[in-house]
Amino acid sequence: MTRKVPAREIQNKVKKLFFKANIMMRPDIKKALEKAYAKERSVRSRYMLKILLDNAEIAKKEKLPLCQDTGLAVIFVEMGCDVRVTGGGIMEALNRGVEEAYTEYNFRKSVVMDPVSREYRNTNTPAVAHLNIVKGSGLRITVMPKGFGSENKSRIMMLDPVQIGDAVTDFCVETVKLAGADACPPYVLGVGVGGTMDLCALLAKKALLKPLAKSGAGGNSLKLGKRILKQVNSLGIGVMGLGGECTALGVNIEMAPTHIAGCPVAVALSCHSLRSASGMV
Amino acid sequence: MKKITAPLTGKQIRSLKAGELVFLSGIIYTARDQAHLRLKRDIGKNRKTPLDLKGQVIYYCGPTPSGKRAIGSCGPTTSGRMDGSTPQMLEAGVRGLIGKGRRSEPVRKAIKKHGAVYFLAPAGAGAYISGCVIDSRAVAYEELGPEAVYRLEVRDLPLIVGIDYGGKDLYSRSI
Repeated sequence: MTRKVPAREIQNKVKKLFFKANIMMRPDIKKALEKAYAKERSVRSRYMLKILLDNAEIAKKEKLPLCQDTGLAVIFVEMGCDVRVTGGGIMEALNRGVEEAYTEYNFRKSVVMDPVSREYRNTNTPAVAHLNIVKGSGLRITVMPKGFGSENKSRIMMLDPVQIGDAVTDFCVETVKLAGADACPPYVLGVGVGGTMDLCALLAKKALLKPLAKSGAGGNSLKLGKRILKQVNSLGIGVMGLGGECTALGVNIEMAPTHIAGCPVAVALSCHSLRSASGMV
Repeated sequence: MKKITAPLTGKQIRSLKAGELVFLSGIIYTARDQAHLRLKRDIGKNRKTPLDLKGQVIYYCGPTPSGKRAIGSCGPTTSGRMDGSTPQMLEAGVRGLIGKGRRSEPVRKAIKKHGAVYFLAPAGAGAYISGCVIDSRAVAYEELGPEAVYRLEVRDLPLIVGIDYGGKDLYSRSI
C-alpha cells in the first residue's frame, strides 16, 4: 500500500534534525569526552577537555552551535518503496529544510557554488544527499553537518589485496598521523573497507553515524577496530595536539564485499565535534 | 593565569613562552582563507589594506551569525591553510596570530624574525569562545559572508602559546 508523505513534512524534519545535530552534543561523544577528562593527567589537556564539556553545556543552554563550522549538510535518506512524496520533490524538500535551518538558527552557511572560483552562496545548499530505497513504508532521515577541518584530512586508498597484512591498520594510523594536531583531536575514525572506491568512502562516512562503543571500537570488525584505536592512541598527539594518550575517542568500521583484485580502504575523519541526528518522518 | 591585552606590546610578546596558558583581552581581527588572499595581494602591490595591520592580532575564524549575542560560535579554523600568506602578514606588521594546529617552518621562522607570537585557541569550542566576545563588527570584505574581517573585542579569551617570539614551537616536542 502506498503511503503519501508531503514534501513539507520532510523539509520540517530536516530542519529539526539539523538544529538538534548542531546544538546538542551526541550522548556517546559526551560520555567519551567525560571518560577522557577523568583519565587525563596533563594540566593543559584537562583544561581543554573541560572547555569542550563546558562548550556542550553552553551550546545547549544558549542554543548556539557547538562549533562555528556548522558544516556541509550531509543527509542520508532511507525511504520505503511504498512511500510516495507529494507536493514536491524529495531533493528540493531536503535542500529547503537545510536552508531554513541554517537561516533561522543562525548557523554558518559555508557552501561555495564553484569549488575553483569560490563563488559564495548564502544558503548552505545543495546538501550532499544519499538516497537508499528499502522495503516497507518507513522514511528515515539522518543528518550530519560535516565540518571541513577534519573532512580535509580524510583519505582513501586502493590497497593491494595480495599484500593486505596490516595495510588497513597502517593506512588508518597514517591518516591520523598526517592530520596531527590540525583537525581538532581527539578524533573519531569512520573506516570503510571493501566495495568500490565510491562505496568505500560512503561506508566510512556511514560508520561515523554509529554510536561509539564503550570500548571505543565498533562496527563490523571489533578486533581490527581495537587494534587501530590502540595504535592511534599511542601516536601521542592527544587533545588539541598537546600530547598524551587521548588522540582518538573511537573507531567504527563498516565493511562490504569487494572485487578479487582489490581492497579499498577509506577513513572519514571526524573531529571531537562529531555531529549527527536521526529521525522518522 | 597570565593576562595580556591586544594589541600586544613587544614587552608582552617577549614575556610569553611556548606552552604557556594565557587570557587575552582587547581588540583582535578575524581573517581566514579568502581574506588572507586579498590582504596578501594588497601587500604585494604595496596598496593600502582595508585595515591597518601594524601591531594587530589576527584570529583565523569564520563565526556563525550573531543572533542575540555579540557574535555566534567562533572557534578557530585550521591555521595551516594560512601558512602561505602569513610571512607577508607579519612583514606588514601583524604581531599576533590565533588559530589551531601546526605551522610551517617558514611561518615559524617569520614569527621569530619579526618577534611575533602564535596562539592556539580551544579547538571545537565555538559556543564557549562566543562568551569571551563583547563586541563584533564587520570591517572589511563583507561580501565574503563568514570570511569577512570582523573586529572583535574579547575578554579573557583562553589561549595557549603555540610558537613564541624565540621561535620555540609547542608542537615540535622539544620543550
